[in-house]
Amino acid sequence: MTAGLDDLVMHGRVVICCGTGGVGKTTTAAVIALEGARRGRNACVVTIDPARRLADALGLEHLTNDPCEIDPALWSKAGVGDGVVAGGRLSAMMLDTKSTFDLLVTRNASSPEQAKRILDNAFYRNVSGALGGTQEYMAMEKLHELYDEGEFDLIVVDTPPTRHALDFLDAPKRLTRLLDNRIFRLLMMPTRAYLRVASVAVQTFLRTVARVVGSEVIEDVVAFFRAFEGMEDGFRERAQVVGDLLVDPATAFVLVSSPRRDAMEEATFFARRLAEAGQSVRALIVNRVHPAFGDETPAGLRAAAAALRGGEPDVQPAAARLAVLYDNLADFREIALLEREHVEAVREHVGRDTTLACVPYLAHDVHDFTTLHEVGRLLFDTVSAR
Amino acid sequence: MEVAEFCSTSRVVIVAGKGGVGKTTVTAALAITAARAGKSVLVVEVEGKSGLPSMFGTPALGYDEIDLEPGIRARFLTPDAALIDYLVSHGMKRISKRLAASGALDVVATAVPGMKDILVLGKVKSLEEQRVADLLIVDAPAAGHAVTFLLSARGLLDAVRVGPIRKQAQDVCDLISDPKRCQVLLVTLAEETPVSEVVDTAFAIEDRAGVALGPVIVNGCFPPLPVAVSANVSAVMNDAHAAGRFVSDREAEDLAHAAGFIEERQALQRVQVERLRARLPLPQIELPFVFEPDITRDQLGTLADAFARGIEQL
Repeated sequence: MTAGLDDLVMHGRVVICCGTGGVGKTTTAAVIALEGARRGRNACVVTIDPARRLADALGLEHLTNDPCEIDPALWSKAGVGDGVVAGGRLSAMMLDTKSTFDLLVTRNASSPEQAKRILDNAFYRNVSGALGGTQEYMAMEKLHELYDEGEFDLIVVDTPPTRHALDFLDAPKRLTRLLDNRIFRLLMMPTRAYLRVASVAVQTFLRTVARVVGSEVIEDVVAFFRAFEGMEDGFRERAQVVGDLLVDPATAFVLVSSPRRDAMEEATFFARRLAEAGQSVRALIVNRVHPAFGDETPAGLRAAAAALRGGEPDVQPAAARLAVLYDNLADFREIALLEREHVEAVREHVGRDTTLACVPYLAHDVHDFTTLHEVGRLLFDTVSAR
Repeated sequence: MEVAEFCSTSRVVIVAGKGGVGKTTVTAALAITAARAGKSVLVVEVEGKSGLPSMFGTPALGYDEIDLEPGIRARFLTPDAALIDYLVSHGMKRISKRLAASGALDVVATAVPGMKDILVLGKVKSLEEQRVADLLIVDAPAAGHAVTFLLSARGLLDAVRVGPIRKQAQDVCDLISDPKRCQVLLVTLAEETPVSEVVDTAFAIEDRAGVALGPVIVNGCFPPLPVAVSANVSAVMNDAHAAGRFVSDREAEDLAHAAGFIEERQALQRVQVERLRARLPLPQIELPFVFEPDITRDQLGTLADAFARGIEQL
């Protein structure tokens, strides 16, 4: 059932973990990268916002925007005898949106002066923090950079915790839409005569906006767009190239979900959007799935509980205890059946070729290499086979 | 505390927490609890698509209010629509459509970080001032964002020195820092990472945004079984024998497995609830785990019962 995942860590080049917030994306990304390294690959996991203990385990207590290799002595100990292949390497990094953006500006600027004008601009300083989609886009930009450099043979990317998994796909467009904004494009060319009429309208408009937010703000924006002049095409091309990597056959999307209906609905939407973009979901990983607890029907179990109570007020203790056990089992059978129904429904949407892996509801948090490897044992065939 | 008193503590309640902890469910359960206490409730959704309509079995939410059920209304509040409202009410109707349609809001919002949050919270403030309902419940954006969301007003006061937006930010600051007008309920799960994160969020919100925190809602707690049972196969077999019921080996295993599962979960949750108590000096309200991945109106009723019990024990 999980052969596809084994293939992914053995031969995949870029793995993007998507899903709504709170479903275990970051952990899943770390598990996949760790398993790649264990099998001898040079793997790197790019995380966005890991929980503190996982960040510590990955050596990410200091934010750097470049991958840091993790001492193999730390991770190769996890599950020794579980077939660690020599030569594997594991690196991790936490995305720094601002540095990534700064580098992008510096590379695209026609001169160091232009880069400086932009980097010093107050409006620009807000872009990386305040413009929706920037973090998503920079995650992709970083991914592309790592991919181009070719140092790693497996790059696993976590995606930002958006409520909607598919925001990720729209991210590059949001930035170019900002740059394409008609009103502000007009501003960049205020001296051309044929635009003078438009400029008057634009000026009126801006004066009104300035009344609301203050004129300094507008001055910063105008200065930014002027400073940016000549760079839009470079940016647009770059966004196109980065966007192309998303639909490249080398890129595999792993959809992470929980078996709840809302998460499953999002997963279905996401699969559909990916399909429209010409990509498919390589694997669907459903976390926090309850065990099946046998195969009896909840109704039958509830009937057994009712029969034991017999409708009498003073039931003997043994029968009362047994009735409670039947009701409890019925509760868990209900949840198990509904979860499986949801998983099956998503499976229909993502396509039957998609690898499906269900990770049970775990008793402990996953925040070190031992526990990451435990999840790996549940996801990868060859690990559990040894 | 009486439920009615709790629901009159503040006119605005912001429900916040990390993704996946059940904010919307808690929002819905609180709405029902307040409505049962005779309060008129307006639920405000600010992000993404809402799970509320499917819980209440109503059509999707829009910018206009809809009735979820008697006493409970709900609506969306998006920055774009809030901006248009703002401009129209400030005599700038003419440019309002253009600002939104041209995408200039993105530019302005980027120029003024926190602008979108201020527009949304500013609208919440004006709804509060108009007394559109006894209780306004805001289903806040997911965690990390919740801190930013609440800090936006203060940040904006530093960034913008003049103009109506500064006034708006000041008004929002006044609203969220007045415990009689606004409080924040943080939602978490009794698990390690969610507990650690809710502690960090609580301190960040209280210290930096100056917002009053209500009780922490610990969602998804496995309720104790109504009688003590032993989660092992031989105990199940003994009880079956004593009760005169035939139980197969496999069935006994399933019964013991399910009982053992819930006991183990409860024990783990107790540890985390205690950890939360030790690290965060706020009262807690526990809501039970719902044995169904899809929350229905019936289950919301059960959650509202538990909410009311939790309030009474405060």
